Amino acid sequence: MIYISEEDFRALRAHGEETYPHECCGVLLGKSEPGVGNRVSLIVRAGNTRTDSAHNRYNIAPQELVKIQRQARGLGFDIVGFYHSHPDHPAQWSQTDFAEAHWMGCSYIITSVEKGKAVLTNSFLLTGTSEENKAFEDEDVVVETPQQELISKERGEA
Amino acid sequence: MKIHIPTPLRSYTGGKETVEVGGATVAATLDQLATSYPELRNHLFTAEGKLRSFVNVYLNDDDVRYLPNKEETLAAENDELTIIPSIAGGCCCNL
Repeated sequence: MIYISEEDFRALRAHGEETYPHECCGVLLGKSEPGVGNRVSLIVRAGNTRTDSAHNRYNIAPQELVKIQRQARGLGFDIVGFYHSHPDHPAQWSQTDFAEAHWMGCSYIITSVEKGKAVLTNSFLLTGTSEENKAFEDEDVVVETPQQELISKERGEA
Repeated sequence: MKIHIPTPLRSYTGGKETVEVGGATVAATLDQLATSYPELRNHLFTAEGKLRSFVNVYLNDDDVRYLPNKEETLAAENDELTIIPSIAGGCCCNL
């Protein structure tokens, strides 16, 4: 399960529409809560360095990742996942996504963008302990409205 | 020196985001890291002992692979190493 605010959910989908017909990408900052899932507190847009094939590839420069990880540390967050778009392709992970996924325990959110319009957004949790036994598992995306977030905080869940 | 550990590898450092390890060079520091936290070794290095291709290592703000002496670059106590696995993908297999 991944929890994300309605505002951040809308923002990552909008990012995919803005960069269409190219893939967008970004990083999800927050906390992983054992037994609950990844909770996103902030999304950070990143540049797609694959300018040679940006319509069907993305790559975040390691230098940018280092900066984002520093930013997360400063805010008391961790990197809990990533997002990217699939222009005119389904919101399902591809073999390329799987081969290039190395952050076990993190969520990989994919939004399909058809003719410039965000359609479906799915999330996949990278499970396993090594490159040899890693796997993507479907995970529910819980989009929280401000009222729901308030309730979660009152319950001490956030 | 301080080494920043990425989220997926923290389960092998007792949950620590930052660990302190000594070493004269980047390579020596990484080796000491894998000695102090043995479960990390397989995640950082291939069976041949080379850094895995998707594991990026930064010495302060510099990608170690692009430094003149690469992993043999000298490391000072107040330097910081950051380990950051790559992030990439794409919607289909054909270019």
